Amino acid sequence: MEFDVMIIGGGLAGLTAGLALQEKGKRTAIVSAGQNALHFSSGAFGLLDREDPFGAVAELDEDHPYARIGADSLRTFAEKAKGLFARAGIELNGNPLGNGFRLTPQGALKRAWLTLPEVDLFPDEAAVKGHKVLIVNLLGYLDFNTSFLALGLEKKGCTCRVETLRLPEMERLRQNPSEMRSVNIARVMDNAWVKVAGEVKSLLKDEDWVILPQVFGLRDATVPSQIRETVPARVLFVGTMPPSVPGMRTQMQLKRAYEALGGTFLMGDEVLSAETGEARVRSVETRNIGRIGAKDFILATGSYFSKGIASDMNHVYEPLFAADVIQDEGRGSWYDPNFFNPQSFLSYGVATTPGFKVLKEGVPFENLYAAGSVLGGCRSLALGCGAGVALVTALSVAETI
Amino acid sequence: MTLQEYTSSSHNFEECMKCTVCTAYCPVVPANPKYPGPKQAGPDGERLRLKDPFFFEETLKYCLNCKRCEVACPSGVKVADIIQAARIRYSKSKPKLRDRILASTDFMGTLARPFAPVVNGMTGLGATKAVLDATFAIDKHRTFPKYAFKGFESWFRKEAPDQSRFPEQVAYFHGCYVNYNFPQLGKDFVKVMNAAGIGVSLLDKEKCCGVAMISNGMIDGAKKHAAHNVAVLGKAVESGKKILTTSSTCTFTMRDEYPELLGIDNGKVRDSITLATRYLYEKIVAGEVKLPFKKDFHAKIAYHTPCHMEKLGWGVFSIGLLKMIPGIELTVLDSNCCGIAGTYGFKKENYEVSQAIGKPLFDQIARVAPDYVACDCETCKWQIEMSTGLEVRNPISVLAEALDI
Repeated sequence: MEFDVMIIGGGLAGLTAGLALQEKGKRTAIVSAGQNALHFSSGAFGLLDREDPFGAVAELDEDHPYARIGADSLRTFAEKAKGLFARAGIELNGNPLGNGFRLTPQGALKRAWLTLPEVDLFPDEAAVKGHKVLIVNLLGYLDFNTSFLALGLEKKGCTCRVETLRLPEMERLRQNPSEMRSVNIARVMDNAWVKVAGEVKSLLKDEDWVILPQVFGLRDATVPSQIRETVPARVLFVGTMPPSVPGMRTQMQLKRAYEALGGTFLMGDEVLSAETGEARVRSVETRNIGRIGAKDFILATGSYFSKGIASDMNHVYEPLFAADVIQDEGRGSWYDPNFFNPQSFLSYGVATTPGFKVLKEGVPFENLYAAGSVLGGCRSLALGCGAGVALVTALSVAETI
Repeated sequence: MTLQEYTSSSHNFEECMKCTVCTAYCPVVPANPKYPGPKQAGPDGERLRLKDPFFFEETLKYCLNCKRCEVACPSGVKVADIIQAARIRYSKSKPKLRDRILASTDFMGTLARPFAPVVNGMTGLGATKAVLDATFAIDKHRTFPKYAFKGFESWFRKEAPDQSRFPEQVAYFHGCYVNYNFPQLGKDFVKVMNAAGIGVSLLDKEKCCGVAMISNGMIDGAKKHAAHNVAVLGKAVESGKKILTTSSTCTFTMRDEYPELLGIDNGKVRDSITLATRYLYEKIVAGEVKLPFKKDFHAKIAYHTPCHMEKLGWGVFSIGLLKMIPGIELTVLDSNCCGIAGTYGFKKENYEVSQAIGKPLFDQIARVAPDYVACDCETCKWQIEMSTGLEVRNPISVLAEALDI
């Protein structure tokens, strides 16, 4: 098989690059070894956990992808990301040129940039003060902790009431406690949401807010907004333990949009090796398809969890191309013994040119680019920049190609 | 025994990070609450079973072995292999007579075919269906695939001498379905291959790939079939031939289930076994084959990717090949198990679950309203035909009809 561009990795970065390239008229393929980090999404994307994310670019390490792109181009790509999602049928909330706040499952507020349609984005912290909140869970669902949520909100001056719904539609699912999971509930809720909305309505006293777990709208993305239309209060959908229902739906929507543009998505396949020479990648070998050739390649394989980056006792390495990896010498310097401090090893990843061409022994591949969390130089957990880096670097690479 | 032997298992068991993505893609979980789910039945349960086989649960039989958990797993854990291997190793339940009948596809085919008109007439009768339902627990809604009076192998015997005129030769593993039930697919295959300038021969007496035996716990029988098939496939490979098939499940079973579940080494033949659609697609793309198509062909087709085709990752080839036919309006259906899973859906106790699993697929087919459905799997064909009333054709048969010869 031959393509213009072969994208290795089917997560947020790979799909974004694929969509942008298909829109440019390139013939692309995405190979995805299993599902991706969207399945663990909070429903919110972070650009940079700073009040003014663009102003803060100047303070970042020079290796950080945003420092390489520069604040001006970052603005352009940030706006383009929202437009790309809209064309894929996903209307993200938020102004791409600024930050807002999202409500966490702990009842705290965290900075967020753009959010999936059912996830509210607040302009400031004051927006959460002084509300009367009805928190509703489904009987037997353990991955949504109402007490944490109530405690967090009460600290912010809200008063909370917690109620639990018992629905006959859920009784079948409850026979199997280990499968009482967000996605399985969401499958039932694609049809049973009407009942939930009705029950919530009748439970409502003088509350102006209702909080429900994110278990609505798996196949039918309109379910959360239909619930909102039914319930006479502001309805918020707050994150659950994984898998993430909004994240999984988003993955399906992006994949469908990509395929509708003519892209080839190879699910459950894996690149085993690559043929390289004279600073170029010629082809890759996948487990299911065999040799796949392309003019350009994008490495969007993710970080440790997705095996885009791996380590042995003494080194952090990139397994596919043996690309250069930004890292500190000596295992002792990889981590801080205080678990909650920023961890150095989380910033390790592939070294590239300023235009994201992958380096090997200091020499860039002419036709291999990196995008997303495989890139080195960003402590995405501490900086809250994981999704932003995925979207922005994918768009930047797609523009270069 | 060392500690390592106690605590390790095959099929990438230790790579599981407990992320639950497998569970989100399991078609059984939402339909059958008795099934513990792939994570619990697979890596989680395996950890306990390694300590004590007492922890084995017979509810693992509800696994369809569709492999969707493996396709979804971000960590490369062979979840379904862990579950099936546990059934093979620990299950105490013996296959019932009903299971043996359903699983012995070539034995039953040999018995039934000479009496095809009588057998077909009888299995189609409401009274027979009621008896099968009551005595054998084979669900009365199911229609048995019809047996062909004249099998594919005997039809091919007359064709065989003519095949030597082609310089390029392939061997065809037709499978039980083509031989006993639907020789037309085999005839279509020969027509298409000949049109591509390729001659066909059969293997030296193939046996059923064994997939139905594996899922019904008849492991000794499955191993015998696998060993026999690897030997006869080996002879064809030694003579320089590729082995082509028209069934995604037979292909998957011989390539991957033989070594992973049955412990049968197929290393010498594995890479030579391929689906006819893949073989043709690659030949056409490489410019080695050009097929003559009718100018006035038209069909509105919906393509369904069978679960084992998803696992093989070869849907792109069948879809790509169908797209090459001028006059085809093709919709690729969403990835969704049809619910039959071979013999699973034939069993009375599974009927409702089977139909519930397939419902989103049937609903989508109804919305698309194609002339017919295309699919590379014979059991998906029965399920979709029964549940939608539409005909299902193998892509090779679609190709055969579109050829201008």
